[in-house]
Amino acid sequence: MSSDKLTLKQKFDRWMIKHGRVLVIGIPYFWLFLFFLVPFLIVLKISFAMAEYAQPPYSSLFEWIDEGITVTLNFGNYLFLLSDSLYATAYLNSIRIAAISTIITLLIGYPMAYGIARARGSVRSVLLMLVILPFWTSFLIRVYAWIGILDREGLINAFLLWTGIISEPLIMRQTEFAVYVGIVYTYLPFMILPLYSTLEKMDVSLIEAALDLGCKPWQAFAKITLPLSLPGILAGSLLVFIPAVGEFVIPELLGGPNTLMIGRTLWNEFFANRDWPIASAVAIAMLLFLVVPIMWFQHIQSKQEESQS
Amino acid sequence: MLVPEAVLDRAHEDVHKTQPWNNPDAVPYIRFENVTKKFGDFYAVDDVSLDIYRHELFALLGGSGCGKTTLLRMLAGFEEPTSGKIYIDGVDMAGVPAYERPTNMMFQSYALFPHMSVEQNVAFGLIQDGVSRAKTKELVAEMLALVQMSKFAKRKPDQLSGGQRQRVALARSLIKRPKVLLLDEPLGALDKKLREQTQFELVNIQEKVGTTFVMVTHDQEEAMTMASRIAVMNEGVINQIGTPFELYEYPNSRYTANFLGQVNLIEGVLIDDDEKYAIIKSEEGNCEIYIDHAVQGHRGMTFWAALRPERLRLTKEAPEDTKYNCVSGKVEEIGYLGGISTYHVRLESGKRIKVTEPNSTRQIEPRYTWEDTVWVSWEAGAASVLNK
Repeated sequence: MSSDKLTLKQKFDRWMIKHGRVLVIGIPYFWLFLFFLVPFLIVLKISFAMAEYAQPPYSSLFEWIDEGITVTLNFGNYLFLLSDSLYATAYLNSIRIAAISTIITLLIGYPMAYGIARARGSVRSVLLMLVILPFWTSFLIRVYAWIGILDREGLINAFLLWTGIISEPLIMRQTEFAVYVGIVYTYLPFMILPLYSTLEKMDVSLIEAALDLGCKPWQAFAKITLPLSLPGILAGSLLVFIPAVGEFVIPELLGGPNTLMIGRTLWNEFFANRDWPIASAVAIAMLLFLVVPIMWFQHIQSKQEESQS
Repeated sequence: MLVPEAVLDRAHEDVHKTQPWNNPDAVPYIRFENVTKKFGDFYAVDDVSLDIYRHELFALLGGSGCGKTTLLRMLAGFEEPTSGKIYIDGVDMAGVPAYERPTNMMFQSYALFPHMSVEQNVAFGLIQDGVSRAKTKELVAEMLALVQMSKFAKRKPDQLSGGQRQRVALARSLIKRPKVLLLDEPLGALDKKLREQTQFELVNIQEKVGTTFVMVTHDQEEAMTMASRIAVMNEGVINQIGTPFELYEYPNSRYTANFLGQVNLIEGVLIDDDEKYAIIKSEEGNCEIYIDHAVQGHRGMTFWAALRPERLRLTKEAPEDTKYNCVSGKVEEIGYLGGISTYHVRLESGKRIKVTEPNSTRQIEPRYTWEDTVWVSWEAGAASVLNK
């Protein structure tokens, strides 16, 4: 068949076979470019500007002077982040809270994921559904619900007072404890799901082989299950840690005035102080903090894949 | 019961050594005593009693779901029997966890630890037992040499071929010198050529190390090549136990006859019996079958004559005496396999008989062709008579 007798459909199909791959990959890349990279560059630009009482509230980087274009970069915002200890404290606090939350999530999530992975088929899908179920309710409502539970007049205090275990209500809300509760509660599924998927794939006969060769059950767990689920632990931990660092809603609603986290600082700079350049600098710095662990993770993963092939 | 006296009567001292199961004084090394295993309402293993002797290479043979793997897993300690007792070397295994049993298992999937090298995999059991580093190193090197894997000691399992993984799995399960080595479909994952070669290697290694092997397989050829004795299992019950020779020559049931090798089963009714002979008249076989020994049963009872394809003679002309053990039919299918040819002969009743003939001389053209009328005949001793 000569090519000039092709129908339109055949032409289209052939074109798709040749270029379809590029198209399929190209669309999400274009999307990310438009709605992630461009806004990021705008924020980056603002972070090098100066605050002004104007509309928009920052100076322009580009100016026409003598028929030439002049670029004025202001590093003052970043220097300011370094000079005021508030920011460093907020960053470190965020990382500390996120790290501790990640560890707690891992400790709670691992046995749950293990239990789901070893459950019978029908039970397993129900358990998985229960893990995902909270996502059907708005995140905000779920965090608000915790206010009702942890409050001075909340459910826990009411119950404990009623039983007589305590005589004074416990202060739980507006503490760091409440922030941990909120983060662990919210991000637990992100830990369970990747852990589940690695544990579920694991061959049960590996455990039996370890038992057969003389391991007690806990030794088999430590020597076989745990090392083999490391990729799941890593993936889950990053999925919890990264968003927890920048978390704003949970510390705002459940944390007290002393819970200083970078997400709240960012919000304050933007909306309370209307200092967009500083806020942008905070955002960029936070992004760098988060990109480094992601890069590290990907580096480890690619190395693992290399060693396997 | 259907085994002629002559076969059973060969019990003398040599036989006692090589065939402890024929020695009434021999003490079994592994003993299953009325073992039953239920999963819910399903009887995976139903009241099985079985003795296995030291240095045996014992095969549990059967189709999927026959209970052979469950029996093996109960020996390893991965399953507890619902009722009954299991003894290894005289010790009751009830409640003894897998990690304290004197058994090691070679898994069907090999179950090599993917995050450890070949060396680490093989050393695993020794390290677990607290064997010193120097001793471990020495034993691992020795074991890897035995399975010819020394060159690959540093590799990870996923860098090995199927056959190499099989060797590592064997080395890992043998290194602790278990009293009993359990093998779950040891060659199931290998291709045919490699399997045949590995069968003999496994037997050689077993003879070298002297460990008692209990093997599960669905492959009758594998069982017959390797095993000292075979238990044929079906639906949780042991159908027959015997040496490959006994099972093939003297099957006790149609199930065993069918499972080991190929067989023509011809149904008929006992019409004449005596101390020296029996005659079975077969409707579907279109013939009368003369048996050269007595048959336990009365006239009018239904029996099946089991005829192996290679024991049948194929001729174009009718044999001299067509009264017994002789039937004519038409060639329906021909399979030329080089060394042998297989023929499917259709009888007048519609019954098909399979015959294999060796191509022992070079022919100018094939001996038979489709729709040829041929005679199938056999010796009086060729058929074994089955009553179930």
